[in-house]
Formats: sequence, structure tokens, C-alpha cells
Amino acid sequence: MKKMTKTTRSNLITYAIVVIAFVIVQAMSSAGKVSSALGGQLVPICVYICMAVSLNLTVGILGELSLGHAGFMSVGAFTGVIVSMSLNMLPGPARLLLAIVIGGITAAIAGVIVGVPVLRLQGDYLAIVTLAFGEIIKNLLNNAYVGVDSNGLHFSGKDAASLHLAEGGTVLLNGPMGATGIQKQSTFFAGFLLVLVVLTVTLNLIRSRSGRAIMAVRDNRIAAESVGINITKYKMMAFVTSASMAGMAGALYALNYSSVLPKKFDFNTSILVLVFVVLGGMGNIRGSIIAATVLTILPEALRFMNDYRMLLYAIVLILVMLVSHNPVLDNLWTQFKGKLAFWKRKSVNAEKGGGSDGKS
Amino acid sequence: MNLLLNTINGISLGSIYAIIALGYTMVYGIAKMLNFAHGDVIMVGAYICFCAMSYLSLPPVVGVVMAMVVCTILGMVIERLAYKPLRSAPSLAVLITAIGVSYFLQNAALLIWKSDPKVFPSVLAGIPGLEFFGGELRLTAVTIVTILANIVIMLALTTFTGKTKTGKAMRAVSEDKGAAQLMGIDVNRTISLTFAIGSGLAAIAGVLLCSAYPTLMPTTGSMPGIKAFTAAVLGGIGSIPGAMLGGILLGVIEIFARAYISTQLSDAIVFAVLIVVLLIRPTGLLGKKITEKV
Repeated sequence: MKKMTKTTRSNLITYAIVVIAFVIVQAMSSAGKVSSALGGQLVPICVYICMAVSLNLTVGILGELSLGHAGFMSVGAFTGVIVSMSLNMLPGPARLLLAIVIGGITAAIAGVIVGVPVLRLQGDYLAIVTLAFGEIIKNLLNNAYVGVDSNGLHFSGKDAASLHLAEGGTVLLNGPMGATGIQKQSTFFAGFLLVLVVLTVTLNLIRSRSGRAIMAVRDNRIAAESVGINITKYKMMAFVTSASMAGMAGALYALNYSSVLPKKFDFNTSILVLVFVVLGGMGNIRGSIIAATVLTILPEALRFMNDYRMLLYAIVLILVMLVSHNPVLDNLWTQFKGKLAFWKRKSVNAEKGGGSDGKS
Repeated sequence: MNLLLNTINGISLGSIYAIIALGYTMVYGIAKMLNFAHGDVIMVGAYICFCAMSYLSLPPVVGVVMAMVVCTILGMVIERLAYKPLRSAPSLAVLITAIGVSYFLQNAALLIWKSDPKVFPSVLAGIPGLEFFGGELRLTAVTIVTILANIVIMLALTTFTGKTKTGKAMRAVSEDKGAAQLMGIDVNRTISLTFAIGSGLAAIAGVLLCSAYPTLMPTTGSMPGIKAFTAAVLGGIGSIPGAMLGGILLGVIEIFARAYISTQLSDAIVFAVLIVVLLIRPTGLLGKKITEKV
């Protein structure tokens, strides 16, 4: 039998974790063991997993700090709502699928528009421009009015009255009030499928030739350029893929609620997702999944603390960062790993029958 | 006349941004970190001043001084507890910690002062504004004091960093930490001092901000914080004159966008200007050019 490579095995473990977690939760919920608080969190957890994995592509794999990821999420969310609500003759799952796909496409277009100027910059300047774009997208959506009637879609940048809807038409997007009257279509199963799609795209991209090029750009831009890697192309590839997956997650998110406000997708949401990525480990996809799940449940689990829960969340966040970057603990950990490797080698050598103090 | 009034109001708002941006830019210059908690220090400063004036009925000057003292200490404590242990950690870890501190301050404020907005009593209440051209141009006392405060702070900081020994030490540390240490500069003390100055300035900015826009909430500091951060980047982060220039430009653009283009889209316009400027000058207006060596 051909031996699996380390990456294949690691990727399979990641898929297995997701599938097993889904099966367990599904079994528990059909047995009625899932509390309503947790039940309500299932779709958001899937959404945040997709967001974290997609942001990890930009931050961890491409190595560029993005502070405006929620902007793409909101583009996908509101496109998804418009698509789903204007196509109400189709059956539910088809509408959800179309909403997610079209949400992803528009977010990808937004990604191209944002990416062209943004990716020319470097470091903290790039970060602040993504932040600026996130704020611009939020601001524009706060002033977007969209309605639908028998003649099709109507757009306006002023107010709902200037849409001039025919009788029987509905306002889909009402500026700062956002979208209201959404029919809930997202299910945990749909979320699970989206997580699998996002995982497959990301893991395969990382393992492909393009993925290696993207990581080469991250590790040393000049060296990558000098071996003939087209930097702009690969940066755009990672950035746009990441944006489009955020858009898909956004569509799933919006269709999970009866109303969504543009304010929801602000700087704080971008930061929240960034926290998942950093705590899960940069470039570590499995870490992102676990961090997104734990940190989405944590504020709910801390609900018994009432007013103190967000304070506690902040303290946990600071402590985790302090502990995980403490040089003393780091040293201990390295020593421990060294010892572990040493014992492993010793036992392997003993199995072979040769003495460990033979040749070396 | 309207144009003149808008310009002056813009400079006044920009002065507040500039004072906040100074905190961002000094900390970035010296510790190479984006201190996202800075916006929330503004909010704490405003609350302290509010409490001193409303609950303890102290005179406004005492309130401002108290706010400055508390914020200065707060800045130094935050630096000591949260940022100092991460001096050698990757910059993203420090960024997340700063965000954690920001959450902490906001939620602590929420617990102490509750979420209902407080009406901030102007520190300059009772002082009449000035009128020019026979009443056609009317400026409030807050507008004038904000601009004056900005000028005083700018002159004081330029003198401090240019002429005093401690100021020179600060510049040396921001230039090269290792070399500065070899020259006998206490790097830790210098960084702590930078946080102290930045936070003290944040307190002043908080009081001025809430005197001009008198609603005080635990989230009051976030948006001005982001804008001021934008201003610091616009001027070239790490540069003190850059923060001044960026702040004032941003304020003027914001007021003009509100007055002549669209109130709702003013934020989008401000950020769009930032993007355009960065595309033309990738390190900001007065930022140092980074040359990359192979």
C-alpha cells in the first residue's frame, strides 16, 4: 500500500473532525439533547468556521493582515438576501444554494475591486486600507435601498420612497434598517456542507502549485519574484478566493435570521474573525476551525456570568496571548518536545534490536 | 462665509483627531505596534472628567487634570501588564492583545457606567464664543479652545522630542532599539513614558471630543479611534508632524463631505481619500520611505 504523506493524513484528520462533530451534534439533536441556546448557535458556528478558514488564507497563507473581512461577508449576505427574496417561486434549498453561489460571486467581484489597490501596499498600510474598505462597504450598504416588484429589482441610494415600487412590491434592503422579513432558510446541514466546500477549496489550494507559490510570496517576496513567480497574480488569487468564501458564509449567515443590519458587519466582526485565526494558529486550518467553534460557544457558555461575560472573554483573550507567547513556557515546551523525540528514537532503536549507543 | 466656518470647524474636529493620532503614531514609532486600545482610553478619560464634574461637582479644570492623571496611569499599567511581556512576540500577537485590552476597557466601562448615554457637560460651559464680521461668523468656545490646545500640544511635543534629553532618547529608541540600549538608554522606561504621554493626550482629546459632541457611551471612543488611526496612517505613521497634518486634513475632509456632498456617506469619503493617498504615496504624506534590501 502506498504510504500517505504527512499532509494528506493531516488533511484527512481535519475532514474527519468536521464530519464526526457533525454526526455527533446531529445525533444529539435528534435525541433532543441539544439545548435551544446551542441549537441556535449551530449555523453561526458553521459561518464563523468558514469565515476563519477563509481569512486564514489571507492572513496565514498569503501573510497579509486584513482588517476588513466582514465587508466581504456583508456583500455576500445582502446579495444573498436579495437573491433569495426575489426568487420566491423556487423551492427553499434551491434558493439557498443560489443565494450562496451568487453571494460568493459578488463578494469575489468586490474582492477584485478591493484587491487591485490594496495588494500594492505592504504591511500595516495594507491592513489599514482593508479596514478602510470594510468601513466603506458598510457605509455604502447603510445607504443602499433595494426593492422588488413585478417589474423586477429597483435600486436607490436615497431612501425607500424613491424606489417607486409598483403595488405589491416589497422593500428588500432598507438602508440602515437592513433587510427585514427574511424567510429563514439556512440549516445546520447546509452549514456543514458549506464548511466542507470551503475546507476542500482551501486545503486543495494550499497543496497545489499555486498554493506553494502563494506561500513562497509570503515567506520571501523578493526571492519568490526572482524565481519567476507572478506576485500580483498569486496575491490576487488568494485574496479573491478568500473574499468569495467570506461572501458565501455571509449569505448563509443572513438567511439564518429574519432581519439583518449592515451594522452587524462592522470592524468588530472583522476583528472577531481575526481573533479566531490568530488563536487557532496562523496558516493552521484545523486550528481555525477549533478556535472558531470554541470562541463562538464561549460567550454563550459564559452566559451564567451575566454582565461579566464579555469582560471575562477579554481577560481570557489577553491571558491566552500572554501565556502562548511567554518565553519561559516556550522554552519548557521545546525541551519537553526534545525529550519526547529522544525517547521515541530510543524505543525505535531498541525495537530494531540494535543498541541506541551503537554508531552515533 | 459658510466656507470659512466649515473650514474652521473642520480644523477643530481635525485637531481632536490629531491629538488622538499623536498617541497612535508615537506608540507605533517606538513599539512598532498598533495600539487598538487607544480609542478606549479616550472614552475612559471622558468618563473620569464626567464623574468629577457631575458627581463630585468639581470645577472643570480639576476634572481635566484628574482625567489626564488617571489615563496616564492607565496607559502605563496597560503597557506594563499586557504589552511588555510580548515585546519579542510577533506583531499580530500584540495586535490581538491590544484588541483584548480594548474589549476589556469597553466592557469594564459598561459595568461601571452602564450602557445608557450620558450627556457630557461642556468643560467650557458659560464661556461665550467669538463673533466675527458682525455676527456672521460665530465660533463656539470649544472650537477655539480645541484648535489652541492642538497648537500648544504640537509645539510642546516638537520641543520635547527635539530639545530635551528624554525626547532625544525616545527618537533614538524608535530609530534603533538595540543601538539605543548600547548607548545607555533605558528602553523600557522610554516606552513606558511614550505610553504615558500618549494616554495623557488621549484624556485631553476625550474631554474635547465630548465637549463638542456631548454623548458619552462605552463605545464613544471606537469610531474616533479608528478615524484618528486613519489620520496617523494618512500622515505617515510614526511621524509626529504627519499625525498633525493627517488629523487636520481628515477633519476638514469630513466636515466638507458632510456639508457639501452627503451626511451619510461622509465616512466612506474619508476612507476613500485615505486609500487614494496611500496609492499615490504608499507610506503616507510625511512617512519615511522604506527601502528594501535583498
